[in-house]
Order: sequence, then structure tokens, then C-alpha cells
Amino acid sequence: MKKNKFEFQYEQYTENAILIKGSSEIDEILLDSLLFYKNEIENYYNKVIVEVISSYNWLLVCYVDVIEDFYSEVLMLKSLYSDDFLKKSSKKRLWKIPVCYSSQLAPELESFAGKKSMTIKELITLHTAPLYTVFFIGFLPGFLYLGGLDKKLVTSRKASPSAKLEKGSVAIGGNQTGIYPCDSPGGWHVIGKTPLDFFNPNISNPCFVTPGDKIQFISIKENEYNDISFLISSGIFTVESIFL
Amino acid sequence: MNNIVEIIKQGLYTTIQDLGRLGFGKFGVPKSGAMDQRSFLLANAVLNNDKNCAVIEWILVPPILKFHGDTVISITGAVCIPYLDDVRYKMNRQLFVKKGSVLKLKKVKNGMIGFVGIKYGFDAEVKLESKSYYPNITSHYRLLKNDVIPYRNYSSFKHHFSSVSSTVFWDNSKTIKAFKGPEYELLSEAQKDQLLNTDFIVSRDRNRMAIPLERLLVNDLPSMLTSPVLPGTVQLTTSGKLIVLMRDCQTTGGYPRVLQLTQESINIIAQKRPNEEIQLKLVSF
Repeated sequence: MKKNKFEFQYEQYTENAILIKGSSEIDEILLDSLLFYKNEIENYYNKVIVEVISSYNWLLVCYVDVIEDFYSEVLMLKSLYSDDFLKKSSKKRLWKIPVCYSSQLAPELESFAGKKSMTIKELITLHTAPLYTVFFIGFLPGFLYLGGLDKKLVTSRKASPSAKLEKGSVAIGGNQTGIYPCDSPGGWHVIGKTPLDFFNPNISNPCFVTPGDKIQFISIKENEYNDISFLISSGIFTVESIFL
Repeated sequence: MNNIVEIIKQGLYTTIQDLGRLGFGKFGVPKSGAMDQRSFLLANAVLNNDKNCAVIEWILVPPILKFHGDTVISITGAVCIPYLDDVRYKMNRQLFVKKGSVLKLKKVKNGMIGFVGIKYGFDAEVKLESKSYYPNITSHYRLLKNDVIPYRNYSSFKHHFSSVSSTVFWDNSKTIKAFKGPEYELLSEAQKDQLLNTDFIVSRDRNRMAIPLERLLVNDLPSMLTSPVLPGTVQLTTSGKLIVLMRDCQTTGGYPRVLQLTQESINIIAQKRPNEEIQLKLVSF
């Protein structure tokens, strides 16, 4: 039998769900393999499963009906995995996300820069440089779990969370950075704001970003922020993206 | 022809629910859906409805509803006495409602979650293939006084005097059955013993997202990566408090998942009032 790059563990989670676990670390090749595997499972099962939910190192396969025989299901799932994702060309996209880093829209920007002993300009350079990897969507509808924050920007969360971070807030918490897709309480430090909608419940694909994609933050001025907000409310703004 | 039900009094937390929003977890969208799915299914079964017809769900304090057209309804879930224009009826049966009738639910003596089903279901807006209310997905997240919800008229009612005995559907046991969660085996023997032999108390902070349990456990587990969770997942938080995730829970969480409630037990715990005691019991698939 050919040896696959990753070994997975399978366990039954509920009467109608199976968890598939990879290693316990954040790893981009593992992400690619999980997303490839997810796709194979979704294509094979079609109507038998409700969906496959992915996170850093797990897939959760949710079935429509109660699982009658866990072991035969696992055999079937195992047969669907291969390392072919290593060869296949991906259809990943890089999304350019406009962010206004200004104290008007992000009142904590200056105090955050002060805490990190850097200028706002340095902070913006560090935050806009990486191509962040989208690992999965969770926590809130349309909230992207991003990997790739510069170590110099890592900052522990606030001791007591703010009652409300506004929709579009771009924030840092621990070793993560993220965008709040709606108003929400949160313990992260807000350093900027994007005018984009990351979640639209009125369309069947409510979030334009897919796990495996990359995003980059582009620094914009307040007048550009206002212009883009106006274009979005008029329904004529398209987010810039390129295939990688 | 369409008619409307008018919310005269809103109750404590009243929403529209169906089986929930399935297949959108990959976008971070909660499943939502009726808290006690057994009583929800009964509300539709009594009316010979499709099983996913939308109902009104209320929590502890029922709403007062005025129906502006003829229809048939059903009352299931938390034990109460339905009154239509001050005439007393029974739960778990078809109730014919004449145009202009007012429904009051009195003497809520047992349970927490109640349902008002209606022939053909309530015609609430559909978002992501479901009518279940959820903030930022549906335009309202709960029903308020003076709100109106449309429904299809139904006048060809034939009297059915039979009703379903609620004791058949009412499981008031203290025992909540659960499977081992993915992080169960990380617990020490002492922690497992404590988990399965403590009388936990349903917290007053319970809501549609989660039911926290009072009584702390020792928690010395290492932190973990954010991972998938489902309704019924029991998380052990950093402070040692157990949290049972419910229908509106997030799709991922960062606390160890020590147990996973059976589907049946999710419905049972949904009906537990604050300060009621529960015991967790391990079962296998």
C-alpha cells in the first residue's frame, strides 16, 4: 500500500458526525491536504452528508442520517484520501482588502503602537506586508481565521473584552489578526477598519473568501474608505483579487 | 390567502424556528433551529405538516398572539394551559382558531421551551435556506410586541378530539447522556470521576447559544487550537466551568470538548430551568 504524507485519526463525534484529525499544529501543507480531502468527501457523498466543516487540523463530516456502522464509514473515508493535492494546481486567490488605519476609525491605533514602541507607520508596514493564509471560517459568520501575523505585532488580548467592536474592525489578539464581520463583543485590539462586507446572508455563497485563499491588507486613506463605502452601498464595488 | 398573527405580548425571548440552517457551517453560520427538536417535530406532526414548517418558539414566558384569519394551531413543549379567547384547551392537539382569536398560554408549570405550530407553518423570511431567527442573518432576531408574521389561511377544519398524552414525550429525568468528547481522555481519573459524579446546576445565564453549568471542575488541561464544535458539545472552560453548547452555538471553539450530548439529551437539557440539577452519564455509540 502506498504511504500517504499525513496520517489521520477517525472518531465518532455524534450519532451522525465523524471527526477526522490531522496533527496538532498549524501547518499550511496540512491545510491543503485537509481542504483537498474535504472536497473529495463532498464530491463522493453529495446528498448523504450535510457538509464538511474544516478547522486548523480537523475535518468534521456531518451526515444526514444516523451512522449505522462507524467502521465501514471510516474505511470509505480512508479510501477517499490521497496525496494528490501535492500535484494538483490550486485555484487559490489572493484578495486585496482595503483597510483604513486611522485613529478616527480605530481609536486604539495610537495606544497599540505606543504599547509596541513603534510608530503608526511601522505598524502599518508590518501589518500590510504578509500574505495571510485563510485557514477556516468560524467564531462569527464570515470571520476568517488568518495565519501569518508578524511576530512583532503579537499582543495578548485585553484583560476585559470591549462590549462592542464595530463591523469591519481589523484587530489583533494574541498571535492572530482578523476582521469583525459584524458588531460583536471582543477582546482584541482594533488597529483599523475595512469598508468591505465579509458576510452577506442574502446570497447562497455568503462569504466571498474560501479557506485556502490568501489575503493582503492594503492601507487606504479616510476619503478612500468613504468612497469605497459609498460604492459598496450602491452595489457596484468589486473586491480586487488575483489567482495565485 | 395570506393572513397574519400579531404579537400582543412578546414574552421573554420569542423567535421563529425550524430545523435550522444546515450546510452553512463552513461560513461560520450557526445551525440554530428549535431548542427542543422533539417538541418542535411534535408541533408539526400533530398538524400533519411537513416536518420543517416554521413555528413560534418561546422561552419560559409565553407570548400572547392574535390570529387575524382562520387556521389550526398546536401547542407543544413546556407544560402549560392554552386559552383561546379565554376558553381552556389542551396541549399536543389540533386547535381550531377563528379569525380574531387571541391565544394565551397560562400556568407554565414544567419545562422551559414552548412551541406554537400552525397549519403550513409561519411564512417568515427565508435566509440561507432557513427561517430560524439569528442576529445579522435574519432581519429580526426576536419577535417584539406589534410584530406580525404571515401565514396561509386554513378553514376546512374537521374536529379532532384526540390529543397526544404529553407524558409520552416529556422526559424530565435528571440524567443527561453523553458520549466521550474528543478531549475526554486528556482528563485525569479524578477529573473524570468529578465530571460523572457531580450534581451540576443549570445556570441562570442559559440562552439559545449555551447552557453554563454551576460547580467548577479542576482544569489543568493545556490550551488547544480552535476546533469544530456542535450543539451538545460540552466544553471545559479555563475557569473550570462546564458549558453545554446549544442550537445557536458558534461553529468552532477553543476549549477542550470533554463530552458530546446525545441528540435526545440535547432536547432534555433544553427544557431544564435555571437551578435544576442534572447528572452527566457516559454512554457509547
